[in-house]
Amino acid sequence: MLLFYDLIFLCYTMISIRNLTFSRGNRKIFDNISLDIMPHKITAIMGPSGTGKTTLLKLIAGQLRPDSGTLLVDQKNVHHLSRTELYKLRKKMGMLFQSGALLTDMSVYDNIAFPIREHTQLPESMIRTLVLMKLNAVGLRGARDLMPSELSGGMARRVAMARALALDPEMIMFDEPFTGQDPISLGVLVKLIKTLNQTLHLSSIVVSHNVVETASIADYIYLISEGKVAGQGTPEELNTTKSDWVQQFMQGKADGPVPFHYPAQDINSDLLSNNAKL
Amino acid sequence: MNFFQSIGHSSLKFLAKLGRSSLFFSAILTGFGYTLSRPGLLIKQLYNIGVLTFWLIAISGLFVGMVLGLQGVYTLSTFGAESSLGIMVAASLVRELGPVVSALLFAGRAGSALTAEIGLMKATEQLSAMEMMAIDPLKYIIAPRFFAGFISLPLLAALFSAIGILGGYLAGVELLNVDSGSYWSQMQGAIDFHDDIINGVIKSIIFAWLVSWIALFEGYDAVPTASGISRATTRTVVTSAFAILLFDFLLTALMFGAS
Repeated sequence: MLLFYDLIFLCYTMISIRNLTFSRGNRKIFDNISLDIMPHKITAIMGPSGTGKTTLLKLIAGQLRPDSGTLLVDQKNVHHLSRTELYKLRKKMGMLFQSGALLTDMSVYDNIAFPIREHTQLPESMIRTLVLMKLNAVGLRGARDLMPSELSGGMARRVAMARALALDPEMIMFDEPFTGQDPISLGVLVKLIKTLNQTLHLSSIVVSHNVVETASIADYIYLISEGKVAGQGTPEELNTTKSDWVQQFMQGKADGPVPFHYPAQDINSDLLSNNAKL
Repeated sequence: MNFFQSIGHSSLKFLAKLGRSSLFFSAILTGFGYTLSRPGLLIKQLYNIGVLTFWLIAISGLFVGMVLGLQGVYTLSTFGAESSLGIMVAASLVRELGPVVSALLFAGRAGSALTAEIGLMKATEQLSAMEMMAIDPLKYIIAPRFFAGFISLPLLAALFSAIGILGGYLAGVELLNVDSGSYWSQMQGAIDFHDDIINGVIKSIIFAWLVSWIALFEGYDAVPTASGISRATTRTVVTSAFAILLFDFLLTALMFGAS
C-alpha cells in the first residue's frame, strides 16, 4: 500500500525550488539554491541560526519575493500569482510560527474558528464540531476557553498547530517548532508532527536546528549554510556522510570547519599590542 | 559632503515612506466594502477608539471653554464688550480649538494606542499569521480601525466644541456675571452655519483622516522590536501634531483668509 502511494506521488513534487537567489541589503541569504519537497513526507530544513530558514518559508508562502529563480508550489509559480490566486493557494498551506502567533484578543476556541469563519459559510454548530476535532487532535480540547496569554509555550504551539490545520491544508510548514521547549512538550510536538503527517497525508516542512528531534522524524533533510545547500539526504545518509561540515553540524561539535573563534587576529599579538582604548 | 549626503539620504527615505504610506492608504480604501460587510468589527473599534476617548475630550473641552470664558471676559472688558463673550468663545471653539485640540488629544490617546497595537501585532507575527490564513490584515485589522477613527474624531470634535461653549458659559456667566441672554443671543446672531460650523467640521474630518492614517501606518511600518514600536508610537504623536497644525494653518488660510 505504501509503495503504491510512493509510486503515484513521486511523479511530482509538492514544492520545487530552482536556482533561487534572495538577498537582504548586500547580504545574500540564498545563493542559487535548488531543492524539492516531496508530498506526504516530512522534509527538514536545517542549518545554523541566521541562515534564513524562516526566510525560506516566507518565500514559499509568497510573503517575500526572490531576486531570481523559480519557486513552484503545487505546480504554480508562487511569485507570478495574482493576490487572489495566492490567497487561494495559501488556504492549502498551513504555517506554524515560532511564537505561535495566536491572535491575542481571542480565546483558543475563537482562534481556531477564525479561519473557518472567514473562509466558509458553515453554521456555528458545525464550526464547533470542527474546532473541537482539531483541538482534540492536539490534545487541548479542555483548553478551549483559555486566552493565549494563559497558555504555556508548548500549548501555544499546539493551539497554533490546530489552527494551521483548521482549513485542512495539503501542506504544513513548521518554523522552529522545537526551540525553547521542555523535554515533555518537545516529545509531544515531535510525536504530533509525525502522527499528523501520517494520518492527514500532509506534506510537512520542518525548519529547525534541533538535530536529534528533527532527524528522528524527517524523511529527508536539507542542510543549508551560507546560502547554499551544504548537504542533503535521509537522516542515515547524512550521519554517514564524509563531509566535515555536515558531521560537525549533525553531531554538534564545538570546533571543526565552522571555527569556534570569530575571525580575529592572533591572540598573542592582540594581547601584547598597545591599542588599549583609554 | 557628508552633510549633503545626509540631506539626500533623508529626503529619499522620506519619499519612500510617503510612497509606502500612499499604497497603504489605497489598500485601506479597498477594504471599505469589507468593513461595511462586517459591522461588528467596526462597532468594536468605534468603542475602542471613539467611546473610550470621550471623557478625555469632554473634560478637556470643559476646561478649555472655561479658560476661554475667563480670558475672554478679562480682555473684552477693557473695551466694555463683555456681552460679545459668546461670539468669542463659540467662534474660537468651532473654528479652531474644537477641531485642533480634540485632534491633538485624539492622536495622543487613540493614535498612540493604535500604533502600539498594530506594531505589537506585527512583532508577534499575528499579521503574518493572518496573511498565511489567507485573510488580508489590511482588510480585517486596519480598515475597521481607520474608518472607526475617521468617524469618531469629527463627532468628538463637535462634542468638544459643545462642551467648551458650556464651559465658557459657566466661567463667563455664572462666575463673572456676564449677561446670560447676551451670551447666547450674540452667539446665535454671529456664528454662521456655513462659514463657521461647516468649516470646522471639514477641518475635523481632514484631521481624522490624517491622524488615523498616520497612526495605523506607523504601526504597520514599525520595526517589529520593542524599541521600534516605542519609536513608532512617538512618531505617531509627533507627526500627527505637526500634520494637524500645518493643515490647520493651510485650511484656515483657505477658508477664512480670503474674506
